[in-house]
Amino acid sequence: MKKAIITVVGKDTVGIIAKVCTYLSENSINILDISQTIVQDYFNMMMIADLSKSDKTIGAVASELENLGKEIGVQVKVQTEDIFNAMHRI
Amino acid sequence: MINIFEVNETNQMVEQENLDVRTITMGISLLDCMGTDLNEVCEKIYNKIITKAEKLVETGEEISHEIGVPIVNKRISVTPIGLVGSACCKTTDDYVMIAKTLDKAAKKVGVNFLGGYSALVSKGMTPSEELLIRSIPKALAETDIVCSSVNVGSTKTGINMDAVRLMGEIVKETAELTKENDSIGCAKLVIFCNSVDDNPFMAGAYHGVTEADCIINVGVSGPGVVRHALTKVRGESFEVLCETIKKTAFKITRAGQYVAQEASKRLNVPFGIIDLSLAPTPAIGDSVSDILEEIGLESTGAPGTTAALALLNDQVKKGGVMAGSYIGGLSGAFIPVSEDQGMINAVERGSLTIEKLEAMTCVCSVGLDMIAIPGDVKATTISGIIADEAAIGMINQKTTAVRVIPVIGKGVGEKVEFGGLLGYAPIMPVNNYSCDAFVNRTGRIPAPIHSFKN
Repeated sequence: MKKAIITVVGKDTVGIIAKVCTYLSENSINILDISQTIVQDYFNMMMIADLSKSDKTIGAVASELENLGKEIGVQVKVQTEDIFNAMHRI
Repeated sequence: MINIFEVNETNQMVEQENLDVRTITMGISLLDCMGTDLNEVCEKIYNKIITKAEKLVETGEEISHEIGVPIVNKRISVTPIGLVGSACCKTTDDYVMIAKTLDKAAKKVGVNFLGGYSALVSKGMTPSEELLIRSIPKALAETDIVCSSVNVGSTKTGINMDAVRLMGEIVKETAELTKENDSIGCAKLVIFCNSVDDNPFMAGAYHGVTEADCIINVGVSGPGVVRHALTKVRGESFEVLCETIKKTAFKITRAGQYVAQEASKRLNVPFGIIDLSLAPTPAIGDSVSDILEEIGLESTGAPGTTAALALLNDQVKKGGVMAGSYIGGLSGAFIPVSEDQGMINAVERGSLTIEKLEAMTCVCSVGLDMIAIPGDVKATTISGIIADEAAIGMINQKTTAVRVIPVIGKGVGEKVEFGGLLGYAPIMPVNNYSCDAFVNRTGRIPAPIHSFKN
């Protein structure tokens, strides 16, 4: 399974999750897990998503979601799960 | 499963603490490019480099984008040119032609630096190696991204004092030929003792003859991350301090290990080693000096500095060794002056001198690095500095190096600006008592007693 970690950080506004999720569903990306907190009015969300059924690469998804984030005024990062496993798991 | 705290920790390291993978360096053997016809050799070198490294930069950027961690430099190291050019170079200009070919090939594939304009002369110089050494000033003045290194000693062979004497003159001449640009040529020239075959860091990288045809070496970094982690354990015991450094080094190295494996897979080139060095940059907070001060020094250079650095260097290795499958290169904390804002501040405050830096090089990699000295320092004095560093390396069985920049036309108190990753540096005073009679003796210093282990 090709898994990516999507993080969204920014000022909390209406529809952040909706817009990101719409993009993911349009690109056949399945969400496996979502966690979310609000720290000092800042929206902080992390998703674990499965890209196996999507025909886009992680790099392409990262660029497109970054642009989408700019439109709604939040920072969206997409990173391969492998780097976190490498750094945080023995 | 990965949780939000772990993800945030990694991203904070990147966004606020300057975590990066410092370099992916592709080592390319040029032994199969050797021949007697100079033009043919140059053509073979050019073609081999642009073929092997064609996708290096692109792949590095692709991986960086996918993991969200910058990979700052993509570089190439090649077989020491003193060997490659031995059959076809009859003059210093012949060697300069190879340097220009390397420069052209490196620019074509888009890397930042190419290392390996080198000679390994720890015991003696062949005529062609001496020619290469004498061509270094012109080669560095007429190219932009070619780096040069010369190994003048080792624990096994002792120190080649004839080469040390010559290198003092070469450093001065390199400074002269690039005096319009604050003698920047010297920033691309390192003189080593116990140099290593698989170092991915510049300016001292070359692809040793014991290496395979083509390999990927990765240099990790992250002084800012270590310093930040230490801010949370102020006043705690050495045990807590050391554990914190080890854990942080582990994570940083794992990022490097991942990059190395991916790059190796995508480029279809075997993975060589991870170099565990903590390499600072001029960016605020990305400083080894700041770590030393966080450990408890008012200013780097104060009594305790050498001990703090020894501890730091050792813990980084202990944490990193388990994180990587093959560790090599230089692997230790770098203490360049111009590339580390904290070091620059310490020099300007008057707490850090060349003599203290020399003591610090006994316990870390790599040596007197990126230190600007007055342009009127004599060549023999520079040779004396090189001999001192080489002696530290030889006796302690470690790599040491000298990269000093005698800035022509400038003196103590003035500043020199190199730009980019090379930073800027205040010119430091040098002990000017003569060592002429010592340096002018011919021959070599014999290998130390503890090198006879058989």
